[in-house]
Amino acid sequence: MSDVDMNDFDNVANDGLNKTESEEFVTANIDGQLFGIPVLSVQDVLGPQTLANIPLAPPEVAGSLNLRGRIVTAIDLRKRLGMEPADREKSMSIVVDHHGELYSLLIDEVGEVLRVPMENYERNPTTLDPRWRDVSQGIFRLDGQLLVILQVQRLLDIIKVAAAA
Amino acid sequence: MDELLSEFLTETSESLATLDVELVKLEQDPNAPDLIDNIFRLVHTIKGTCGFLGLPRLEAVAHSAENVLGKVRDKNLIVTASTVSLILQSLDQIKELLATLEATEAEPEGDDAELIKSLDAMALGEDVTAPGSVPVEAEAPATVERALKEGEATEDELERAFRETETEPTEVVAKPTPAPVAAKPTAKPEARAEKSGEPSVASQSIRVSVDVLEDLMTMVSELVLTRNQLMQMVRGHADSEFKVPLQRLSHVTTELQEGVMKTRMQPIGNAWAKLPRIVRDLSHELGKKIDLQMLGADTELDRQVLELIKDPLTHMVRNSADHGLETPDEREAAGKMETGKVVLNAYHEGGHIIIQIKDDGRGINVEKLRAKMITSGMGSEAEVAEMTEQQIQMQIFAAGFSTAEQVTAVSGRGVGMDVVRTNIEKIGGTIELNSEWGKGSTFTIKIPLTLAIVSALIVESCDDRFAIPQLSVVELVRASKESEHRIEMIKETPVLRLRNRLLPLVYLGDCLNLKNASDHTLTEGAEVFVVVSQVGSYTFGIVVDRVFDTEEIVVKPVTPLLREIPMFSGNTILGDGSVIMILDPNGIAASTSDTKVGERSDDDTDAAHSVTAVDTTSMLVFRAGSEEPKAVPLSLVARLEEIDVDTMENANGQNLVQYRGKLMPLVNLDSSCVLQESGRQPILVFSDGDHSMGLVVDEIVDIIEARLDVELTANDPGYLGSAVLDGKATNVIDVGHYLNDAFSDWFTSPDEAAFGDDDVRRLLLVDDSPFFRNMLTPLLEVAGYKVTVAGNGDEALALRESGVEFDCIVSDIEMPGMNGFELAEQVKSDARWQETPIVALSSHVNPKDLERGRNVGFSDYVGKFDRDALLSTLSQTLAEKVDVV
Repeated sequence: MSDVDMNDFDNVANDGLNKTESEEFVTANIDGQLFGIPVLSVQDVLGPQTLANIPLAPPEVAGSLNLRGRIVTAIDLRKRLGMEPADREKSMSIVVDHHGELYSLLIDEVGEVLRVPMENYERNPTTLDPRWRDVSQGIFRLDGQLLVILQVQRLLDIIKVAAAA
Repeated sequence: MDELLSEFLTETSESLATLDVELVKLEQDPNAPDLIDNIFRLVHTIKGTCGFLGLPRLEAVAHSAENVLGKVRDKNLIVTASTVSLILQSLDQIKELLATLEATEAEPEGDDAELIKSLDAMALGEDVTAPGSVPVEAEAPATVERALKEGEATEDELERAFRETETEPTEVVAKPTPAPVAAKPTAKPEARAEKSGEPSVASQSIRVSVDVLEDLMTMVSELVLTRNQLMQMVRGHADSEFKVPLQRLSHVTTELQEGVMKTRMQPIGNAWAKLPRIVRDLSHELGKKIDLQMLGADTELDRQVLELIKDPLTHMVRNSADHGLETPDEREAAGKMETGKVVLNAYHEGGHIIIQIKDDGRGINVEKLRAKMITSGMGSEAEVAEMTEQQIQMQIFAAGFSTAEQVTAVSGRGVGMDVVRTNIEKIGGTIELNSEWGKGSTFTIKIPLTLAIVSALIVESCDDRFAIPQLSVVELVRASKESEHRIEMIKETPVLRLRNRLLPLVYLGDCLNLKNASDHTLTEGAEVFVVVSQVGSYTFGIVVDRVFDTEEIVVKPVTPLLREIPMFSGNTILGDGSVIMILDPNGIAASTSDTKVGERSDDDTDAAHSVTAVDTTSMLVFRAGSEEPKAVPLSLVARLEEIDVDTMENANGQNLVQYRGKLMPLVNLDSSCVLQESGRQPILVFSDGDHSMGLVVDEIVDIIEARLDVELTANDPGYLGSAVLDGKATNVIDVGHYLNDAFSDWFTSPDEAAFGDDDVRRLLLVDDSPFFRNMLTPLLEVAGYKVTVAGNGDEALALRESGVEFDCIVSDIEMPGMNGFELAEQVKSDARWQETPIVALSSHVNPKDLERGRNVGFSDYVGKFDRDALLSTLSQTLAEKVDVV
C-alpha cells in the first residue's frame, strides 16, 4: 500500500504538479463527478464525434476518429472508471498526447479551466474504489465539490489492467 | 575513401556523441540499467566494427572500455565519477584516433597502453582515479609521435614507469604531464591543417535527418489524403471547372509522393554490403569455412526500417557464423560439408518484409540452455523444466544471455540477441527462431509495413469497412446461391470450390467478432465476396459482404493499446476522412486456424502452383492438317500469333516470316497441313534464346486442364503419343522434332545465354515416364545441357557404378520402385556423387514432401512443365555449385 502511495507521489512531480502554489486543470464532468486533467497535457477539446468501430479492442477503447489527419484512439472514461455507460455518440472528449500518440478521453461535458491552490491538495482516501485510486493522483477540495485528478499515463494502462483482470 | 570506412566514421561519430551525453546522465543516475545497457551496446558496436575493419588500436581501447562497462552492467563495479571520467577519456582517445583515420584513412601508429592499463585495472576493481592530466597524455600520442621523436621516447619511459608503479596510479599520472604538454602545440595545428581538407566524406551527399524526411512524408501523406478527398468530391460533378487543375494537382501529388517515398526506400542489399567482408574476416579469425549467400538483396525497405535492422542483421550473421556454425572438423565429424552455409533471404510477403537468416550449423542445444538458465538464475529448475523447447529457444533473446562458453572478441557477452529483438520490436516487427539441434537454426524477422503507402482493397463486413493490402490478395470471387461459386459447409466449416479445389473460408465478421455476424445463410439473390488471400503457402478465403474500390492508403501503426490484436497491421484514413483498420491476413490465418494452417496446407500446397492445378497440365489443343485434335503442353509455347499470309517469304524451300526483327522459320506439322491462301495464318511460336520457330496450325481450339496420361506411339516421329483430352483422343506433338526440323544447329550449338563458359554441363534426367523424358530432353539440350536419361533409380545408380559423372541430377519424385527420395538418399550417401546437386521434379508436391526432399539432399524443387523455372533452377544450382568448389 505504501508503495502505491510513494509512486503516486513521484508521479505528482513528474506529471507537472510541483511545489508551486497552484495548478491548472481542465475539468470534466462525468455522471456528476468533477475530474481534472493537468492543462499542459491537454491537446484539444472536442464536441461529439463519430467514432469508427475497432473490432476486438479492449472494452475501454470506444473507437477511433480522424483529427485533422491524425488517428485518435477514443477511450471511454465511464467504462474505464467502472461507471454506468452513456451514449458515446453524445460524449465530448479531451484529447491528450501520450508518447506521441493521441487519445481522446470521452466524458460527459467539459468544464472550465481551474487554477487551484496546492494547499487544497489531498491524497486519495485509502477507502476509494481501487479502480479510481489506481488512476487518480489525488483530490483537490473545491467549494462545494471535490476535484479528482486523473493521471493520463494510468488511464491508458488498459492492457495491463486487462491482463491483470 | 572506402565506403565502408566512411560509413563507419559517420556512424561512430554519431554513437560517440550519444555516448557523451549518456555517460554524463549515467554519472547522475548510476543505477539506471537502461542507460548502462545502452552505453554498453554502443561501445560494443564500436568495438565490433573496429575489429572487422582491422583497426586494432581502436578496438583495443574500446574493448577495455567495454570490459569496464560490462562490470558496471553486471553490478560488479559501482559507477563513480572516476569511472565515468575514465570511460570518457577512452572515448576522447577514440575520437582522436578517428580524426586521424578520417584524414589519412589509416590508424595512427603508437599504442594506448596506459589508458588500457587503467581501464583494465578499473575492470579488476582496483581504485583507479583518473586525474585530469591523463586525458591530455593519452590523447595526443598519435600525432605527437610522428612530429617529435623525443615524445616517442618519453612515451616509452612513461609506459615503463607506469608498469613499475602500477599500484600507485596517482603518482604515475603526475609524471607524464611534461611530455604531452610540450607536444601539444605541435600536434594541434597539424590536426587543424588536416581538417581544412576534410570535406571528403561530407561533400558526396547531404545527410538529411530522418526526422525531416519523416515530416515530409507525413505532409505528403496528408496531401494524398486531401487529394483523394477532393477527387471524390469532384467525381460527382462531371463538368466541374476544378477538374483540370485538380488533375494536375493529383499528378504532382503522385509524383511528389513517389519522390519522397524514393528518398526513403533503399534496397536491403545496402545493409548487407559489409557482411561478406565481416564473414570473410570471421572465417579467418575462427578458422571456419563459411559460405554466405544473400538472396533478395534488391528487396526495398523503408530507410528508417533499414537503419534499425542493419545492426541486428550484422549481429545475427556474426552470431550464426560464430555460435551457429561448427569448425570444419566438427562438421566433418557430423557428416556435413566442410563449408558452413549462412543464407540471408529477404522478400515481401503479405504486406510484410520477411528476412531470414539461416545457417546449417549446430543448432541450439536446448538442454544446455536449460542448464544455463538455471545457473544464471533466470528461472528455477521446476520452471525451466516446464517450458517448451520453443520457449527455451526464445530465451536467447533475453538480455545478458549467451551460450558461448568463452567471451571472445566476436561475441559471447550476451549483448546481441536482445539488441536484435529490441530493435526489431521498436519498429513493430517480430522475430522467430526455429532451430534443430545438429541441423542448424533459422531466424525469421518479420517487419510490418509501417510508414508506407500501399494499395489496399476496401471491403465491408457487418457495416464496418476494412482495408486489405493488395499484396496479399490473390483474387476475388463472387459467391451466391445461384452462381457457380457456392459456399458449402462441412459440419460448421465453410468452404468454397474453386477450380476443383476446396478453399477454406473465414467469415470476417466472425473472426472480428462483429455484431450480427452469426447468420451466414444466404437468401435467394444475395451475394457475398470471397477475398482469396495467400499467406506463405497457405491460401484461404475471407468472406466479406461487399467489396469497394482499391485505394492508396497510408499505413499508420495502431496505437500501442491495440498492438496485441493480431488481425490488424495498422490503420489509416480514407479519402472520405473516415478511419479504418488495415487487416493483416497473416494474423487472420494464424488466429482462425491455429492447427488448420498446418493441416490444410498439406493438401492445399503452394497456392501459386495449385491455382493452375497441381497434378494436371495445361494443354493447348489445336488442329492442323486433319480433323483430329492435336495438343502440346502450353508451357512449351512461347506465344500464339496470327500472321498475314502476304508477309511470308520463301527461301530455299523453307517458309519464313519476319518476326520481331528476325527471320523466323515456319514449320508445317506434316505434308497434309497447308498454308492458307490468304488472310491470317495462326501459328504457335516456340522460342528459346535467339531462336524462334513458328508451327503452322489451322486453328487453335482450346486450352484444356487435364491429367496427362500419354500412351506412346513410337512409330510417328512428329508425335510423342496420344492422350485423352476432354473425352477425345488427342495426339501430343513432339516439339523437339520440329525444332530440329527448323534449325539443324539448334541442338548442336549450346545456348550461350544459359551460362557464360562453353563447357557443356552434363545432366542426368531420371524419370519413369517416357513422355516426360522425351519432352524434357530436347528442352534441356536446347538450353545447352548434355542430357543422359535414366528410366528409374536403379538405372541411375548403375550409371554411377560405371563411373559416369554429372554436373547435376534432375529426378522425378514419384517413380515405381525406388522413388526420388530414396534415390537422393542413395546419391548423397556415396562419395562419388555426393557433391552433385539434385533437383526434384514433380507434378504435385506438398510441403511435407518438400521438407523431406530438403532433408534427403535435394537442392531444389521444380514443378513439371514449368520450363522456365527448371532452366533457371538448373543454371542457379550449377552456378552455386561452382561457387562452392
